[in-house]
Formats: sequence, C-alpha cells, structure tokens
Amino acid sequence: MGDDMSAPGRRKRRGLQVGLSLLAIVILGWTLFPVYYMLLLSFTPTDDLFQPGLYVEHPTVRNYTYTMGQDNPFVRYFWHQIGNSLVVALWAMALVAAVAALGSFAMARLHFRFRRFVSGLTLFTYVIPSSFLSIPFFKMMADYDLIDTKLSLILAMVTFAAPYALWVLSDYARSLPPEIEEAGAIDGAGTLATFLYLYLPLIRPPLIAIGTYAFLYAWNEYLYALLLLTGEPRVTLPVAMSNFLTTDNAPWNLLMAVSTVYAIPPVVLYYCFKRYLVSGLVSGAVAGT
Amino acid sequence: MSPTTREGGRRAPSRVALVLRSRTTQGFLFTAPLLVLFAAFVIYPMAFGVWYALDADSYRALFSDPTFRQTVVNTLWYVGFAVNVKLFLALLLSGILDFQFAWIRVLAALFLIPWAVPALPGILSFRWMLNSQWGIFNYLLGKFGFASVPWLAQHDTALGAVIVFHIWKYLPFWTIIFLAGRRAIPNELYEATAIDGASALQNFRYVTFPLLRNLYLICTLLSMVFTLGDFTVPWLMTGGAPGDSTHVLATLAYRYTFQMGRLEWGLATFAVALPVTLGFIGLLLRWVKI
Repeated sequence: MGDDMSAPGRRKRRGLQVGLSLLAIVILGWTLFPVYYMLLLSFTPTDDLFQPGLYVEHPTVRNYTYTMGQDNPFVRYFWHQIGNSLVVALWAMALVAAVAALGSFAMARLHFRFRRFVSGLTLFTYVIPSSFLSIPFFKMMADYDLIDTKLSLILAMVTFAAPYALWVLSDYARSLPPEIEEAGAIDGAGTLATFLYLYLPLIRPPLIAIGTYAFLYAWNEYLYALLLLTGEPRVTLPVAMSNFLTTDNAPWNLLMAVSTVYAIPPVVLYYCFKRYLVSGLVSGAVAGT
Repeated sequence: MSPTTREGGRRAPSRVALVLRSRTTQGFLFTAPLLVLFAAFVIYPMAFGVWYALDADSYRALFSDPTFRQTVVNTLWYVGFAVNVKLFLALLLSGILDFQFAWIRVLAALFLIPWAVPALPGILSFRWMLNSQWGIFNYLLGKFGFASVPWLAQHDTALGAVIVFHIWKYLPFWTIIFLAGRRAIPNELYEATAIDGASALQNFRYVTFPLLRNLYLICTLLSMVFTLGDFTVPWLMTGGAPGDSTHVLATLAYRYTFQMGRLEWGLATFAVALPVTLGFIGLLLRWVKI
C-alpha cells in the first residue's frame, strides 16, 4: 500500500494512464469512424454526396423524412419491409423462448438418459455454419411450397437460434436450488405442473434475455432471408437494402438513413442485454476446459 | 389375478402412466420440439446435401474451375489469417480493457458498437468509404498527394477489405469473451506473483496465458468454423467482384446454385469443407459442455 503511494509509483501509474489513453484514441478512431461516416452520410444532401469530407456542410433530415414517408422509389415499401423484419423476429423470439424453456427444463432438471445425445446435437447445430445447410433447406422449402412465406424463414431462425438459447437457459436452470422439484412433489404436482408453475417464473430473467437474442438473430439475418423471400413488399429490410446495390445510381445517403433506422433496435437491445449475449459461451468454454 | 388388485387393493399405475412418468420419456417429451427442429432442418438437409454431393463428377468440375481454386485460396486467407489476427488482437485488447480505471469502462462500452450494429449497415459504410471516385479514403490519399486506389476493383485490396471488415465487426465480441475469461482467473494468483516481484510480461507468460489457453483454443476453433461458412460479409462487400476473384466457399456455392443453376456444384462446394468442419466440431464437442 505505502509503496503504491510513493512518488515513483504514482509516476509509473500516470505513465501507464498516458500510454493507455493514446492507445484508446487509436482504438476509438478505428471503432467509431465507420459508424460516424454512416451517420454523416445519412444527413448529407444529395448535392453534397459527391464531395467527400469529414463533416456535413449543410446537414439535412430529408433522407429520414423520405424514408419515413416512403417518398422515394427505393423506399417505397419501407414500412412493409421493417414490418416483415419485425414479424419474423417476434415469432422467432416467442418460439425460441418456448422450445428452449421446455428443453432447458429437461436438460437441467430431469436427469434423463439421453441427455448427452441431445446436448451433442444442440452443440452441433450451434457450431455448424448455417450457410452449409442453406441450399438443402431452400430445396426443402421449395418442395413444400413454402418459398416466399414468412413461416419458412421463421423455422430457419428458430432452428439456428435455439441451441444458444438452450445453452444459456440450462446453465441458469442448473444453478437453481433442488427445492423446486421437492416443493412440486409435496404439492402432488406432476412434472408438467412443476414446469409451468414453479420452473417458468424462476427462469423469467434469462428467458427475456434469450428471447432478445433470438429477436436479434432473426433481425440481423441476411442469407436465409435473401434465399427464402422475394418480391419487394415481402422481403425483410436487410434484403431490401442490399437490393439497392444492384443499381448503378443507388442513393447512398438515403441508404444510410435506412441503415441507421435498421441499426437502432439492435444497438439498444445489445447494450441492455450484453451480459447475457456472451455468458453462455464463456461459461461453456471455461467450464469445459 | 389382475395387477390392479395387488397389494391390498392399492391401484398400481397403468402401463401408460408408468411410461409417461419415466424420466426418459419425460426428457424426450420436453426436448421433443427441439429434436424435431434439429432432425427436420439440420440432420435431414445435411443428409440430403451429402447424398447429392457424392457424385464424383461435381468435384471434377469444381477442381478444373479456376474460380473454385481461387475461392479455396481466398477462403484459407479469410479463415486462417483474418480469424487469427482478430483473436490475437482480441487477446491483447482484453488486457487493456481489464485495467481498473473508470474511463476504461466508457471505452469498453463504445468499443462494442461494431458488434451491436448489424453487418449490413457497417458494410455499406465501408463500401462508400472505399468507393474509388467519391470515397473518403481516396479523397484523403489525394489530399496528401498519393494516387487513388481502386479498392474494391482489384483482387488484393478487395479481399483485404473483406478481412478488415471482418476484424472490425467481430473483434469486440471476442474481446469481451477473453475479458470474461481474464476476470475468471482468481486474483490470488496475481497477488502471489506480485510478492515474487513478477513483471507484467511475466504475469502474462506464467499466469494469464496458461489459464486462458484452452479458452483461446476453443474460440479459435469456433471462430474458424463460423467464418468458414460466412456469406454475408464477402457477398455484400464484394459480391465476388472483380471478375469472381474474391469469392469464398459460401458465396461461390450461392453463385453456382442460384445464378448458374448448378445445385450439385453448390452442394459439392460445401462438401469440400465438410471433413475439416466436422473434425473441428468433433474437437469442440469434446471440449465444450452444454
């Protein structure tokens, strides 16, 4: 303690702070500049778009009003498309929460025989890149005549978001006290009643978090949305945005305004739930070693 | 004697009730929705893909296609180089974010932004910055008297843009993972080395790294497998351009299947990577617990 307060100790500490702040400036420049540039372009009037600079001389919100009012051919179906994204994400959220809650109860609380098999299959689904399965999945949906329906995209999203959700929930559920089943047994409740009335209320906090995870997974998804949905009013927002790129005269400032609107919900949710969005991976990997 | 009248008239549960009450049955019932999803949308598509990919003709076609050979090289760069640079930087940065100064918390929060912003807006921003006529990079190069660079119109810099974007977008996530790993190391270990007068470098060499090594290895494998299948970043950054020279496996498979109508080539493209992927997954299944 006394050593820390001495002059050389303080000087060393200040030297460390100065070195770290210099590094921090580099890190922040690298991290924030692309985001700053996106915001900058979204406030740039079309006349200034082809004069690059580090700030906007005549900032305008016109790109946002065009977007909100669907007042440009490129954003004609903006509200439809953001609605599609929202519907798919909300369904994914609800279904992932349901299947993961049921699954986690079995994995963490019922010591049934084939648990290792289920957990292996779950981990396999988590790890295998979803793009590897995309072509057969597309073919399958085409065979069942489900192309261009939200259902096909929702099914894909639930499948690929469920493993991580199950992982986080089971991890949490294992930390609950054994009294749940005992209380259920005393009241004469069956397994289903124990699940519904004792287990579900207890896992509410991580359930909300993994629901958010599933929402974000579906909201951010690009490949499956591109494959499964077609037609301007029916695609999700990221697919609509990438369609901008196929034309030569894409209005980049407008595109950046749409990008910003699209990015706001995930940014808000990530910051609210960031602890839960990494905890499963860390505990799994740390515990597994 | 019927079973229901045994033991002094107490009714024994029927066979159906017994089966329903067994833990195995209950476990299966509760995991049934998951198992159905995995069977229908993971196992079945996988089997379908492998079945189609058994045709040797597809591989002959692939390996005689120069675009495919270029794609394999690109993918190796993307998976081998980008992932490892990213994880090494994440390991170093997690050390910086582990300092207990108040302002480091603010830095850590801002540092997460690329992870929170979806890939597409970030890629669009990069693309416009790299635009050869109106992008900010060439504008600044011009200001300092350098010739402008056609960033996305030549193979090396276009693939470089994909790699740099990948690092920009995913560095924060892995940094947080390593930060959590560092925080899980008991403080007593550092107190013990402090008594021995260990330097920061020695601390890292003898305490931090040995304890993070397994986490680092698992993260490397995971990130390599994820990146091996990445479609979004390369597709939206370059779309394979210029001249189909910057494809990776996933984008080339998309091109074969949906733009050229060669489903069997698309599936074979993924099948080429399957043995490596399954090997990695096998290792992960042994090391990671759910």
